[in-house]
Amino acid sequence: MTRKLLTGNGAAAWGARLAVVDYIPAFPITPQTEIIENLENWIDNEQMPARMVTLESEHSMITAAGAAAATGVRVFSATSSQGLLYAMEMLYTVAGWRAPFVLVNVSRGLSAPITLEPDHNDIMAARDSGFLQIHCADCQEVLDSVLIAYRLGEDERVRLPVIVNLDGFYLSFTREPVEIPDPQAVAHFLPPYDPENIRFRASTPISQAVAVLGGTPYSYFRYESHLAAQKALEVYDEITAEFAEEFGRPREALESYRTEDAEYLFFQIGSFATKAREAVDRLRESGWAIGLLRPRLFRPLPEKHIRQALAGKKGVAVIDQNLAAGRGGVLYSELASVLFGHANMPGILTSFIGGLGGRDISTEEYFEMAMVTRQAVTDGEAPSPRLLYTETELREVQKLQAIANMERIELGAKP
Amino acid sequence: MYRIRFHGRGGQGMKTASRILGTAFFLEGLEVQDAPRYGAECRGAPIFAYVRASRSPINERGIIRCPDLVIIADDSLVTVPAAGVLAGVTDQTFMLVSTSEKAVTWSHRLNFAGSILTLPTPVEITDRMELRFVGATCAGAAARLCGIITSATLEQAVREELTGLPSSVIERNLEKALEGYTLMAEHEGCIKEKAMLSAEQYEVPEWINLPFEKASISAPVIHSSLTSELMPTGLWRTMRPVIDREHCKKCWWICSTSCPDGAIDIDADNNPQIDYEHCKGCLTCVTVCPSHAIQAIPEHKNPTSEETGS
Ligand code: SF4
Ligand code: SF4
Repeated sequence: MTRKLLTGNGAAAWGARLAVVDYIPAFPITPQTEIIENLENWIDNEQMPARMVTLESEHSMITAAGAAAATGVRVFSATSSQGLLYAMEMLYTVAGWRAPFVLVNVSRGLSAPITLEPDHNDIMAARDSGFLQIHCADCQEVLDSVLIAYRLGEDERVRLPVIVNLDGFYLSFTREPVEIPDPQAVAHFLPPYDPENIRFRASTPISQAVAVLGGTPYSYFRYESHLAAQKALEVYDEITAEFAEEFGRPREALESYRTEDAEYLFFQIGSFATKAREAVDRLRESGWAIGLLRPRLFRPLPEKHIRQALAGKKGVAVIDQNLAAGRGGVLYSELASVLFGHANMPGILTSFIGGLGGRDISTEEYFEMAMVTRQAVTDGEAPSPRLLYTETELREVQKLQAIANMERIELGAKP
Repeated sequence: MYRIRFHGRGGQGMKTASRILGTAFFLEGLEVQDAPRYGAECRGAPIFAYVRASRSPINERGIIRCPDLVIIADDSLVTVPAAGVLAGVTDQTFMLVSTSEKAVTWSHRLNFAGSILTLPTPVEITDRMELRFVGATCAGAAARLCGIITSATLEQAVREELTGLPSSVIERNLEKALEGYTLMAEHEGCIKEKAMLSAEQYEVPEWINLPFEKASISAPVIHSSLTSELMPTGLWRTMRPVIDREHCKKCWWICSTSCPDGAIDIDADNNPQIDYEHCKGCLTCVTVCPSHAIQAIPEHKNPTSEETGS
C-alpha cells in the first residue's frame, strides 16, 4: 500500500488498473481525458495488460463496451457531460443486455450555454437507464468505488453496468492523499470476473437485442432489470462490509455524518457534500444538533437506510446540484417520495438548488441553509425552493447583458 | 489550515508550483489538497492554482476564497480583472509579487493594507515567457514563508514533481526553488495556520430571488461579429502557417473554406490572405493545400511576429 497525492482522474485510472480490466473503449472529453491518458501510458509501458481502442464517438464507445462485456471480459470506460448524453441511447440498450462493466462519469454541466465546470444534470439524465450509480465525495472514494462497482455489477444477482460519478474540477483535477492498495489485496477482494453464461462469440452468433412485441415479454425483461437494481442494495451492503474488512474504509450506501443526535440534516450527493461536513462541524461548535446524510449509492436509492436515518428528525435541507427544468431539484423530489406516507418522518424539507455549472457553495451559505430550515420547522411551513444566487452575481450578469444590449443596438436591433 | 493561491499565466508553471508546495506539505506529514483552475487552456492566459494543507482531514473544497498568502508570478495580471488576483484579499493577507518594482509601490498602487513581499525580477523583461522558471521560485518562497518545510523536503518535492523531465531542467528548477526559499529567510514562518470559519458570526449571503425575464433578454445569445472580431485569438498560436506565393496555384477556395476559424480571405487577385490576428495555428490549411504551398513555422522563430502584432 502506498499513500500519495492523486487527482480524482488519477484515482479513477488506478481503480481500473487495480481491477485488471481487459478492454477499454475510449473517447476524449474534458474533464475526463486525463483518466484515459493515464491508462494509455500504463498500457504503452506494459504496466497494465489491457487493450485500449479509441472509438469515433461515445455512442460507439458504449456500444463497444457493452459488446465486449457480453463476451465475458472485464471492461472499463469513462466519459463526461455531452459525451454521456450522446451515448444515451446505448446506455439504456447495454443495460438491457445485462452484461456488466464500469463507466466513470466526470460530471460537467450540460449545454447550452456550454461550460466545462461541474453539476449533476449529466448524471441525472442517466438515472433511469438501468445503470447503477455510485457518487463519490473525495479522490479516495473514487478509487475504492471503481473496485466496489466491479464486484457489484458482476455479482450473479445483479449483472448490471455501473456508473461511478465524480465531480469535474472539484475532484477530477484536485489532488488529495489517496491510498493505493496492494494488487494482492485487491485481487483478494475482487477476483477475476466469472461471467457465468455470458459468452458472446463471433463464431456462434446469439442476439442480445431480441425484438419483443405485445408488451408481455418486454414488461418482464424491463421489470427484471428493475428488480436486479433493487437487489443490488443488499449486495452492495455485503460487498462494502467485505471492503471495510479488507481495506478499513466503510463505504456504506448512505453516509451518515454526525446524525445520531441531530435534529436537522443536510442531504446532498457528490464532492460538495464534504463542504456540508465542514459546515456541520462548525455549526456543532456553536451548539447546533445537525448532521449530513449523503447517499453514495444513488441507483438503487437506499430508501430504507434513509428512512431509518431520518426517523424522528425535525427538518432536512436538500441541496440539489441539478435542475429539472419546470420541476426543480431531482434529489428533493426523490427524498419527498421516499418519506411520504411513512410514520415519524421529518415534517419539513427545504429545497436548495446550488452549484450549477461549478458555481461554488460557500460555508456561510450552508450556515444560512441551516437557519432557513430551522425557521421553517418553527413556522411549520417550508419556504419556496431557492436558487443559491446572490445580488452581486446578478449584478455581474446585468453588466454582461448591458454590453450584449449595446451590441444588439449597434447591429441594428431596436433597443 | 494553510490556504495559498498562486496566480500566473499559462506556461509559467503555476500548476507545477502548487504541486511542488502541495507535495512538500504532504512530505512533512500534512493533509493536502492542491488544484489548478484554468479558463482558456493556452499559453499566456491567466491561470491560478491553490493549495490547502492541514493537520486534520480537509473538508473544504474548491477555489480558496480567502487566502492567507497570494502569490503573483506575473505582475501584469494585477490589472486583468478576469485573473481575480485580489479576490478575497483582506488586510490579514500576505501578497508575494514577482516584480521589478518595490513593495511600497504595490502597496500604494493597490491601496493595500496587508503585507507585500517581493521576488525581484530583472527590469527589462520583454517576453514574459522568459519567466518560465518563476513557478519554482514562487513554490520555494511559499515553502519558506509557511515555516514548516525544510529545504531538503523542498528539494525532494521538486524532484518528485518533475520526474521524467531532463535532468538539466530539474536542476534549473531546483536552483530557482532554493533561490526563492533563501530569499524569504527573514520572513520564515510569517504565514500561520488559520482557524476555520465560525458559525456564530458570519456574513449572511445576500441571496435574491432571481427575477423572471423574457427570452429576448434571458437567452444566452452572443453576437459574434462584434465580440470575436475584436478578440485577437491569434495569440493562442504556437505554429504559424505561411503561404509560399511561388507555389500557391490560387485555387482560391481550398485553404479558405477549410479554415475552421474563417481566418483566410481571398483577395481580388485570388490570393489567399491569412488573418494572423485570428488564425489559431491549427494547420488545417497546411494539410489541405494540394500544392503544398503552406508551410508551418514555429511562432517564436517567425521574424515578423512583432509587426503583425501576434
Ligand atoms: S489551397 Fe494552396 S493553392 Fe489553393 S489558394 Fe490556398 S495556398 Fe493557394
Ligand atoms: S492554421 Fe488553421 S486557423 Fe490558421 S489559417 Fe490555417 S486553417 Fe486557419
